[in-house]
Amino acid sequence: MDTTILAEVNGNVATIGYGLAVIGPGIGLGILIGKTIEGIARQPEVAGQLRTTMFIGIGFVEVLGLLGLITGFLFS
Amino acid sequence: MRPSRSHDHREHPLSSLATILPFATSEGEGFHAPTIADFFPAPVLFEGSFLEVNRLQIVRLIAALALVIFMVLVARRARLVPGRSQNVVELLLDFVRVNVAQEILGKERARKYVPLLTTLFFAILAFNLTGVVPLLNIAGTSLIGLPLMLALWVYVMYLGAGIRAQGLGGFLRSNLFPPGVPVFMYVLLTPIEFLTVFVLRPATLALRLMANMVAGHLMLVLTFSATQFFLLEASGAMKVFGALTLVSGIALTLFEVFVAALQAYIFVVLTAVYLNLSVEAEH
Repeated sequence: MDTTILAEVNGNVATIGYGLAVIGPGIGLGILIGKTIEGIARQPEVAGQLRTTMFIGIGFVEVLGLLGLITGFLFS
Repeated sequence: MRPSRSHDHREHPLSSLATILPFATSEGEGFHAPTIADFFPAPVLFEGSFLEVNRLQIVRLIAALALVIFMVLVARRARLVPGRSQNVVELLLDFVRVNVAQEILGKERARKYVPLLTTLFFAILAFNLTGVVPLLNIAGTSLIGLPLMLALWVYVMYLGAGIRAQGLGGFLRSNLFPPGVPVFMYVLLTPIEFLTVFVLRPATLALRLMANMVAGHLMLVLTFSATQFFLLEASGAMKVFGALTLVSGIALTLFEVFVAALQAYIFVVLTAVYLNLSVEAEH
């Protein structure tokens, strides 16, 4: 029986792993920074406090994306 | 001699792409994608002995010496009316003290931890910036050792601060059994909190710093080696892409300077937050 291959993926599917891994943190950072901008626009006098809190949050979200990078190298 | 293609006259559309981007070709020729092996260079001094030194450790030593010498020079020439370099250093010192320490820890408690936070900030900034300095070209913090050491220092500091402020029992109780939660929730909550306080905080501090620097270095190497490949080895119209990769490489270099400062800032801010979480008892 003949099979027709329309599309083929060579190598390891893990190659696209990092792309998948950054989807979540990307959405998270978008929401986080967007909400901070919203907050600053509503109440410019607390901008400094909001910015500090935003960077703390960015630290937590960012590490998720970076874990994707690290595991790619760990299990390669 | 090229192999004949008599059996198939239509070239596959992707095969031309595969010939211009030969990702893993033999020695010398072709494009070399950066690998993780860049971070483990061969030793250059005292090979085989305990004192073995490689390129990365030399970069770290240079960064540490440069930082110390720069700070000593600035401190020795300190004037009432600051010069340019003194201005920059005072700006950064003030930034750490006011915008990080006092804003997060409060004026009273901040005083004790300003030296810790300032040392961390300047050290991380110096070690990160070696990633964009010509000839050094690799961040001192891009191997796990240095970030891990800094994170362990922070770990000991915030555990010690918490135990001193609340006593061992009080510290454990306020961190592992946060009040205001239904009792049966502790089955879920306590293991998570334990993992967070004793494992995840220092681990993520170290990993975040290292992974950022690794990613930055890989991006820079990728763009610049692609530029070299396109300009010198690619054929014909492909050379145009060299301009694109060169411009993006320069842009990424500037971005790396920003990331170096941002990571130093985030590390210090999180340190202050962790200290604050241990020192103040939850009610």
